[in-house]
Amino acid sequence: QDNRLSVWSVGELGNGGPGGEYPGEPQLLCDIRHDGDVMDMQFLDQEKIVVASSTGSVTVFRHHQNNQTLSANQRWEKAHYHVDRDSFCGGAACTGVICNNPEIVTVGEDGRINLFRADQKDAVRTIDNADSSTLHAVTFLRTTEILTVNSIGQLKIWDFRQQRNEPSQIFSLTGDRVPLHCVDRHPNQQHIVATGGQDGMLSIWDIRQGTMPVSLLNAHEAEMWEVHFHPSNPDHLFTCSEDGSLWHWDTSTDISEKPSFLHQGGRSTTYFSHNTINQSVVSAWLSNDPTKDRMEITNLIPNQTLSVNSLDILGPCLVYGTDGEAIYVNRQLFA
Amino acid sequence: DRRPLTQVVPGADPAARQLCFEWGPAEVLVCETLFGRRGGVPSPGPALTGSVVTGGGEGGPGSSRVFVVRRDQDIYIQTLRKLFNESHGIFIGLQRSEEEFTGKSRKAQLVQVSKNYRSVIRACMEDMHQAAVTTRDPALHSQYSTQVSILSAMELIWNLCEILFVEAAAAGPLLLRLLDWVRLHVCDVDNMVHEVLSSENPSKHKLFWNAVDVFVLQGRMDEARHLLSKEASANPTSVSTYKILDDLMKKMPVPNLGNTQTLTELELKWQHWHEECQRYLQDGTFASNSHMESICKILLGDENAILEKKELMTTWYHFLVTRLLYSHPTVKPMELRFYAQACMDLFLGEESSPEPLDTILMAAFEFELHQVIKECSIALSNWWFVAHLTDLLDHCKLLQSHNLYFGSNMREFLILEYASGLFSHHSLWQLGVDYFDHCPEYGRVYLELHIERIPLNTEQKALKVLRICEQRQMHEQVRSICKIMAMKALRNNRLGSALSWSIRAKDAAFATLISDRFLKDYCERGCFSDLDLIDNLGPSMLLSDRLTFLGKYREFHRLYGEKRFSEAAKLLLMLMTAHIAPCSFWMTLLTDALPLLEQKEVIFSAEQTYELMRCLEDLTAGKSDKQKFQDDDVETMKVEMLRLALARNLARVIVKEGTLEGS
Repeated sequence: QDNRLSVWSVGELGNGGPGGEYPGEPQLLCDIRHDGDVMDMQFLDQEKIVVASSTGSVTVFRHHQNNQTLSANQRWEKAHYHVDRDSFCGGAACTGVICNNPEIVTVGEDGRINLFRADQKDAVRTIDNADSSTLHAVTFLRTTEILTVNSIGQLKIWDFRQQRNEPSQIFSLTGDRVPLHCVDRHPNQQHIVATGGQDGMLSIWDIRQGTMPVSLLNAHEAEMWEVHFHPSNPDHLFTCSEDGSLWHWDTSTDISEKPSFLHQGGRSTTYFSHNTINQSVVSAWLSNDPTKDRMEITNLIPNQTLSVNSLDILGPCLVYGTDGEAIYVNRQLFA
Repeated sequence: DRRPLTQVVPGADPAARQLCFEWGPAEVLVCETLFGRRGGVPSPGPALTGSVVTGGGEGGPGSSRVFVVRRDQDIYIQTLRKLFNESHGIFIGLQRSEEEFTGKSRKAQLVQVSKNYRSVIRACMEDMHQAAVTTRDPALHSQYSTQVSILSAMELIWNLCEILFVEAAAAGPLLLRLLDWVRLHVCDVDNMVHEVLSSENPSKHKLFWNAVDVFVLQGRMDEARHLLSKEASANPTSVSTYKILDDLMKKMPVPNLGNTQTLTELELKWQHWHEECQRYLQDGTFASNSHMESICKILLGDENAILEKKELMTTWYHFLVTRLLYSHPTVKPMELRFYAQACMDLFLGEESSPEPLDTILMAAFEFELHQVIKECSIALSNWWFVAHLTDLLDHCKLLQSHNLYFGSNMREFLILEYASGLFSHHSLWQLGVDYFDHCPEYGRVYLELHIERIPLNTEQKALKVLRICEQRQMHEQVRSICKIMAMKALRNNRLGSALSWSIRAKDAAFATLISDRFLKDYCERGCFSDLDLIDNLGPSMLLSDRLTFLGKYREFHRLYGEKRFSEAAKLLLMLMTAHIAPCSFWMTLLTDALPLLEQKEVIFSAEQTYELMRCLEDLTAGKSDKQKFQDDDVETMKVEMLRLALARNLARVIVKEGTLEGS
């Protein structure tokens, strides 16, 4: 298998790059071989990228911008493994990685949580058997606390300040324990957490209260692979799924200014009635009264075929990748 | 029919060891047996167009090696992946576009699909060309260059099929389309013309007349006239002849796409024009300039004059189109075959014989669809081309649905072959699924067989495969895959994952297995592992009785820990009397009851105590005498202690219940 980690440029590189490409097309700057599938990746800082592999190793790559090359800077082999670390096929896939420079937290199919520090050879902290099932995703809640989701439908908070290897809180879905695949925290209001499940359901949690989600939104028809709040515009949420769709959830209150017949391709669905006045106090995500809130949901992919595996957003730019081996870039998300 | 190609498996020496082989879905395994050669004719792997990939193990005298011979190498070429992915999207779009449109708009839609396919081929060609130019490895360079020429040939054939079959151009537009086709595929012209025009004195350039000739041969009158004007301005003496030629070229009647003239009108006009050219030639107007004279002859469709420019045309089909342009511009599609055969014979002459490409194009001109497909299948190493082309032609309703003797029609057969090839690829198999979906007869069966053989190295991949199976109600496969994943998880001690897989498959038997594991762990260690799982089973507890027991048993422990003794006692009893607990566990449960019996406060009521005693008696009665004899002291002591505790409890509770309150 020839898996590669690649860096592309989608900025305005002048009219056409070296190959005379259209100015809008992403250009491949550099790439490097990667051992195993890339399960997750994140930028650690301007130059370094942390990549989680299906072989169970976690690698930090460095992108040298002066000569446009990639090199492997540091690697933790067998960060995740089943039972016997040194056995031949003992590696377990590392399913999620999250960074908060210089700390890196990884989770994997072995139910293990690792806390690494960039440039330190050994893990700072490892919680073995943190979970009896697979941990699918991880994100930072606060600087010393993380959130994980697993394949028996539980959302757990772990506090690294505590020495014991137990989660400080466990939340579960009501009803069937559907596996949760992704998690993201609201950028400004840290008690709001969104998770996506195997049945395509989007759950919003308030971790200050209760152990069950605040709202469950029926979204996709298959696994929801990733959920992201927009980092600077958190009234907007994006989810992508195995069913090939990518949904834009918009709870911003200035909907009345948008003409209702303008949609970005695909179907938009529910409109609830509208109340603008008291929105500033309580976040629109937590209000579960359908008569009070309006949420606009749009599918951004007109001809869906294969799964959308991953997405990311920054400013007005949305990037997503599909199983059709294609990367799509939308640079005018809010136009 | 030609004999299939043989492929040598490097490293496999039939003279040294007897070889055996086994067919797989997309590969052949060839391995060395323990037997040495004892004579006889060796016959290594069957005829294949792939090549060897690996040989495992050391080459020592005792050990055997296994060779994996892959049939389809093309799917592993990096630059072709774009072709497969993009064409998949077009294929799906075509299948989904129901016949909302009929007649003309449907045809336009199908032509658009055909154009999309072709543009994908061209894009791939450019990428491949880029790769060939930038690579430094000579082997890779030659591989890429070969691929470029194969893709180019594919596009050529597809384009012709689009004109003749999909668009089914009628007489008139047919010629225009053929002219476009020829112009698109002979590329040297532009370079040559550019060179001529950019020189100081274009008309003196040695390639000048070649350029003019090529334009004329391709029917590009305006450009030819533009070039000729340079000659006229450079050479004033030829102005008069130039003017006449220019005029003739300008007046040449051509079919046009709008319906502003009928074929008969065109034929009349053309006849007039032809006669005019004839007159000028016979008058000797062009005698002074041999170049112009030959051009005039070409305009008249003189075979020999055109054949003289063989080098410029390079191919017989160019020759064919030129001839048609200048002798039968209103040619009907069905007449093409006669001209095609004649032209090919003339052009190739005695020395050369037709290449595969020529045979395919000839079959197309003869409107022998099946022949085209057959020849392409033989000539190309990969089913991509024929599968997609046949599917498109099938949508144009051009293929009679005669069944091949193994049941499905040609379109389905080719798509099945193509998709099966995709399944041997670790990533492209996802495309194959959609292709199988659109094969009504055997697609599902093929999918069922292939989908179970995809290697599942990560959970995410397994989830994708499961989703595909669930969407198609392939319950057997769902169960089978979930069992495999659950077993793997169990072996790695990931009990929660194993449970999660059994819930997905609704596999009660496996859930029972997992619960037994938990209970075994508990018995050995005295405490539960993975409490986060057992405490949070939720409704999935009901999947299997054993699982329910596990959940309830854990609840009992929790209640005990919270000192809610009466509730705990009730639960414990219920577990035995409702037969939720397996018999093997009753002893443990009764032992758990001991501390409750020994409490200061009486917990079990008389009823309950009688029940417990009955359970104990059932348990001990069930054992045969032999077992009782084998029971060690601990066992007998436990039973004794229980009996004692129960008796004491009974005594206390009778007293308590017998006592009136407040008296």
